[in-house]
Amino acid sequence: MNQPAASPLIELRGLTKTYGVGDAAFQALKGIDLTIQAGEFVAIMGPSGSGKSTLMNVLGCLDTPTAGSYHYQGIAVEALNTNERSLLRRYALGFVFQGFNLLARTSSLDNVELPLLYRGVSRQDRLAKAVAALTSVGLPTKLRSTPAELSGGQQQRVAIARANVTEPSTLFADEPTGNLDSVTTGDVMELLTRLNLDRGITVLVVTHDDHVATFARRTVLIKDGLIESDVVRP
Amino acid sequence: MIWNALAIALREIGRNLTRAFLTVLGIFIGVAAIITMVTLGQGATLAVKAQISNLGNNLLTLRPGAGFGSRTASAGVPHFTEKDATIISEQIAGIAAAAPVRTASLSTIYLQNARLSAITGTTPVYFQINKWNLAEGRFFSEVDLRSGAAVCVIGNTVRTELFGSDNPVGVKIRIGKAACEVIGLLVPKGQAGMGDQDDTIIMPLSALQRRLIGKNSEHDINQISISAQDGVDGTALITEITSLMRQRRNLQPNQDNNFNIFDTRQIAETLGATTQLMTMLLAAVAGVSLLVGGIGIMNIMLVSVTERTREIGIRLAIGATAREVLLQFLVEAVTLSCVGGLAGIVLAFGLCAGLAKIIQVPFNFNLQINVIAFLFSAAVGVLFGYTPARRAARLNPIDALRHE
Repeated sequence: MNQPAASPLIELRGLTKTYGVGDAAFQALKGIDLTIQAGEFVAIMGPSGSGKSTLMNVLGCLDTPTAGSYHYQGIAVEALNTNERSLLRRYALGFVFQGFNLLARTSSLDNVELPLLYRGVSRQDRLAKAVAALTSVGLPTKLRSTPAELSGGQQQRVAIARANVTEPSTLFADEPTGNLDSVTTGDVMELLTRLNLDRGITVLVVTHDDHVATFARRTVLIKDGLIESDVVRP
Repeated sequence: MIWNALAIALREIGRNLTRAFLTVLGIFIGVAAIITMVTLGQGATLAVKAQISNLGNNLLTLRPGAGFGSRTASAGVPHFTEKDATIISEQIAGIAAAAPVRTASLSTIYLQNARLSAITGTTPVYFQINKWNLAEGRFFSEVDLRSGAAVCVIGNTVRTELFGSDNPVGVKIRIGKAACEVIGLLVPKGQAGMGDQDDTIIMPLSALQRRLIGKNSEHDINQISISAQDGVDGTALITEITSLMRQRRNLQPNQDNNFNIFDTRQIAETLGATTQLMTMLLAAVAGVSLLVGGIGIMNIMLVSVTERTREIGIRLAIGATAREVLLQFLVEAVTLSCVGGLAGIVLAFGLCAGLAKIIQVPFNFNLQINVIAFLFSAAVGVLFGYTPARRAARLNPIDALRHE
C-alpha cells in the first residue's frame, strides 16, 4: 500500500471516552486506533451501545475525548479549545443527523445558507451556493418550504445540502437513513456516494444497516468500545 | 460579527413572531402600568398640594359641633355671632383677620339658566383669608357691607353655568327672591378631592341676612374663617381661641367643647402624607405588574428553552462559535425588550395624558420613572432571554442537540 506523504485526514491513537465518574462511570470507547485517508467512504457499524455514535461525535468535534490523541489533517484536536473546535467544524466538517436537525419554521434556503452566514460569505454568494446545493440534491422547487412542509427524505436532502454547501473536507452522517423508508434510503445514499466520488469529500457513515454499509468501500465494525474488524472492499 | 449576529437575531425574531409578540407584550404592559400609575399618583399629589395652598395658609376655621366623627352632630348646638368674629380678631394676638361666614343654598337664575348655588355671606376680609383673587371687576367693600348692597362676587363654575363665556360683571342675576348685581369674577382654584371650590357666590353678610334669608337670631353664623399672621404657632393660637370661645359660650369646666377648630395646615400635612402613601401604593402595585410581566417573559423564554437549546446545538454543529450564538441571543433579548419598553412608554404617555384629563390632575412627564421602568424591564428581558442561552451554549454541541 502506498501511503501518501502528507499526514492522514484522521488519525486516532488510543482514543477513549468515559461518561460519568466513579462507580457510575461507563467507558464508551476503550482505546480506538484508526486512520482514515482523504477521499475514503467509510461505514462505521456496530450494534447499539457499541460506541459507534460516540466515536463519530468525537471525530466530528461535537464531543470531547477523555484520553488519547486525535489528529485531523495533522492538527491535534484534543488541544483545541471550544472556540477553535467550532472553527474547525465551520471550515472543514459537515454533518447529517438521523433526526435531520434543521431549524424549525425556517425555509430550506435559509437552513442551507446558515453555515455560509457564519463563514461570512456575501449575500449573493450565499444565495447562489444555497440554490446550487439544493438543486444538486434534487430540491430546486422547495427553496421556500419549511421543514414541516417537507417529507423525511426531503428534509434529509436539505440537511445534506446544508452539509455540503460549504464543501467540507469530511462529511459525518450519523444514521442518516434511520428515519427513512428503503426507497428514500437509496436516494440519500446515492447522494452521499456522489459527493464522495464527484467532489472528493470524505464520507463517514454511522449505521447498523448492512444495506447502507454496502455503499461504503471500507467498513469499520465497533463492538464494546473497540474496533472488532476493519475491512476494505476490493 | 456584530452585524452578522444582528442579522441572524432579527431573522430569528421574524420567524417566531408569536414568541416575540408574547415577550414584548409582557414588558410592554409592565412598563406602561408602572409609568402610568406613578405619573398619575404624582399628579394627584400635586393637585392636592395646589388645592391646599389655594385654601390659604395659616387658615383656621371655627365651626359648631364637637368635630369630625361620630359626635359631629351640630344639631342644637348654637352657631356663632358676628360679635364672636370681631372679638377673636381684636382680643387674640397673632390673628391677621377673622371673617364671619353665613352660608345658604339658593336658586340662582340668569335669563333661562337656573341652578342651585352655594351662597356665602361674609365680610371683605374673607377674600384675603381664603386667598381669592379677582379675574374681573372688584370685591365688595366695607361700604357695601354696611349698606347691605345687593352685590356679589361669583366663582368660575357659577359664571360658566349661568353666563357661558360672557363677562358677568355688571349683570344682575336673581338669587332666591332678590336681584343681585355681579361685581366681580374670581380666578378659578380648580377642584380635586375637596369639591369644586369655584362653585361659589360671595356677597356681603348684611345683604344675605336682610335681602335673602332674613335674620332670625344673633347666632346665625355657620363658621368663622380666621387667618393667623405669618410665623405664629397654630397650636397656641387654637388653645387661645378655644378658651376664648368656651368663655363666650358659657361652657362649664365639665362640659365638652361645642365647637371645633379646623386647621388647614394639619389637613395639608395629613392629605400630603396620604397622597404620598397612595403614590407609593400605586408604585408598589405597578412594580408587581412589572414583576408579573417579567415572569411572563421568563415563562415564554423557559418554555422555548428546549427548542432553543436544540437550535443552539444545530448552530454550534454547523460551525457557530459559542460567542456568536450568545451574541445572537443577546441581540434578540435586547431588541424585544427595547421594543416592548419603548411601546410601553408611548402607551403610558397616552394613558397619562388622557387619564390626567379625565380625573383632573396635572400631567407632568416624569423622566425618572420612564427611565427606571425601561431599564428594569430591559434587564428582566435580557436576563431571562440570555441566561438560558448561556447555559445551553456551554454544553457540548452533541448534548445541546440531544436536549429533551
